[in-house]
Amino acid sequence: MDPVRTAVRVVVAEDDVLLREGLAGLLVRFGFAVPAAVGDADALLVAVAEHRPDLVLTDVRMPPGHTDEGLRAALRLRREHPDLAVVVLSQYVEHGAAADLLDSGAGRRVGYLLKDRVVDVEEFAGALRRVVDGGTVVDPEVVRQLLRRQRDPIDRLSAREREVLALVAEGRSNSAIARELVVSEAAVGKHVGNILAKLDLPPTDDANRRVLAVLAYLRQPGD
Amino acid sequence: MASPEPSVASAAAPHTAPAEPETVLAALSRPNFAFGRWLWRSLAYLLGTVPVVLAVGVPLGVLALPCAALAADGSGLERAGAALLAVALALACGPLLSAPVAMVERWRLRLVDARPVPRRPPAESPGRWLRSRYADPAAWRESADLALLVTVVPVLYTAVAVVLLLIGVLVAAPALVAGSDRPVSLGIGTASTVGQAIPYALVGLLAAPAAPWLVGLLAGGHGALTRALLAAGPDERLRAELVEVSRSRARLAAAFEAERRRIERDLHDGAQQRLVSLTLQLGLARLDLPPDSPAAHSVASAHRQAKELMVELRALIHDIRPQVLTDRGLATAVEELADRAGVPVTVDAALPARPPAHLEATAWFVVAEALTNVARHSDATRATVRLRRRGDALLVEVGDDGRGGAEPARGSGLTGLADRVAVADGRMFLSSPVGGPTLLSVELPWTPYEPPSG
Repeated sequence: MDPVRTAVRVVVAEDDVLLREGLAGLLVRFGFAVPAAVGDADALLVAVAEHRPDLVLTDVRMPPGHTDEGLRAALRLRREHPDLAVVVLSQYVEHGAAADLLDSGAGRRVGYLLKDRVVDVEEFAGALRRVVDGGTVVDPEVVRQLLRRQRDPIDRLSAREREVLALVAEGRSNSAIARELVVSEAAVGKHVGNILAKLDLPPTDDANRRVLAVLAYLRQPGD
Repeated sequence: MASPEPSVASAAAPHTAPAEPETVLAALSRPNFAFGRWLWRSLAYLLGTVPVVLAVGVPLGVLALPCAALAADGSGLERAGAALLAVALALACGPLLSAPVAMVERWRLRLVDARPVPRRPPAESPGRWLRSRYADPAAWRESADLALLVTVVPVLYTAVAVVLLLIGVLVAAPALVAGSDRPVSLGIGTASTVGQAIPYALVGLLAAPAAPWLVGLLAGGHGALTRALLAAGPDERLRAELVEVSRSRARLAAAFEAERRRIERDLHDGAQQRLVSLTLQLGLARLDLPPDSPAAHSVASAHRQAKELMVELRALIHDIRPQVLTDRGLATAVEELADRAGVPVTVDAALPARPPAHLEATAWFVVAEALTNVARHSDATRATVRLRRRGDALLVEVGDDGRGGAEPARGSGLTGLADRVAVADGRMFLSSPVGGPTLLSVELPWTPYEPPSG
């Protein structure tokens, strides 16, 4: 019992058996505990009530309707357990779903990722940890599409600044961005400062507050 | 019911006629008519007419009774009113009543006429049916058939029945006279003795062979009249064929659409999930191998290839039928298209409900093609997509602020679009003056796909 208590406890909901087992295996491999892995949204609600996990990892599309049962269960869990971290996996980007998640629980402890991301196992495990630690993780594809909605202030960003902005929106820290772009952390800090200034966002070093500000900015309807 | 096959049937008739007549009228010229099956069919047809006439004539007679009473007793004005009322009643009820009668008559016609009877295609809705009963010339011909059925037909049938009865009486005259002690009326004269009855019997015997032909003539004549009034003309046959062809095209399109859905589901629920799971396992396996070992390189390569395959399979499934369309419907799928488009797109979707699947697929295809065109040819800086339900139609509009001048003839995918819209029985309008803006507007009938019953 004791080793399980110290590990982050995750309830997995995914209707495909092979993938469910695969995800559970991945989680265990990276030191998470998986008290329950279920195949539909109702079972997910039951399992959360029973096991009180730290994190819920669920597919959007699940039986019986195969539309957005998983997402709706996730939103309900967010309302009922504000401290519960939730990561939703989707086959395709749907901004409505992403927005609903980000609007729940002030956008903290929440993640929206494309299902394909799970195959990059280390990054995926890292994203789950960031969410459990109170962060916000948004799929790069969502950010890419948000950035493509060309708007004035974003047009004024340089190519490098847009790259940095995308990574900020995905919830990366300055050091992670520096590693990704192979530049110094100081350079990243400068870029971030410039971006926030150009977009009229308050300067902050808190990575998560920054993510939420940038995401909120990107999600504004274009004119 | 056999589908109409007009040209084939009429062309083949002259060749098959010598071998086996197709109608009673054709069979009449055969010496063996009186002993053949056509006589029995004629009799059956004539006897079958009686209940039809009674079933239609009696209620009509009851309806007409007040008019007749007025006409008989009333003043001149009342008579005119009665006549007007009768005509109005006949015009109002006739076309409705004639539809089932015509159905029965067409069905009975096969007794005396083996050729297929081309029919008009059935109406698509009760409303259209009601309108066609008063507007369609074919419906009025059916009403004319009904009118003859309750007027001329009973008179002719009675006349023939009287003649047949007379022949019967004449032939049986000696027996009738022998069995009676008073003079017997034989229709064309009276006879008191068997001797007096013999000439009548001879006349009857001479006339008797004509009886089968009389029966055949009446049945054949009635049959020919029925065919003339109730069989669809060449125009209507063509129209019927056209309707059938376009319906079968719609059925095919719906079948293709169902098949695409099935393939998409199978690929998504099967191959795609397994591939993700396999790639995940390869990613995990890589972690457990010494970083620079040959095995780690192989597994890393396999992992990379599997990821590429995932991307390809996803694109393939998306091309077959986007999953977001199946799961979340047209509006969401169009928003997804807009997010992936080459230019900023504003989506304005206000649909009261999800359209039927085939409609969603067509509308999605229209938007996808139109946005591709916008990105490729228009130099537009922004585009708009509007989805609305207007009455019984799904309205899809794609506009852009580009340089216009789009022409279907120049192979910009607009022809394929028009074909796809036509299959769904829709209409496409394109306004694209040189210099822009361009507006593509498509109307698709919002009807559930119903497999035809017959």
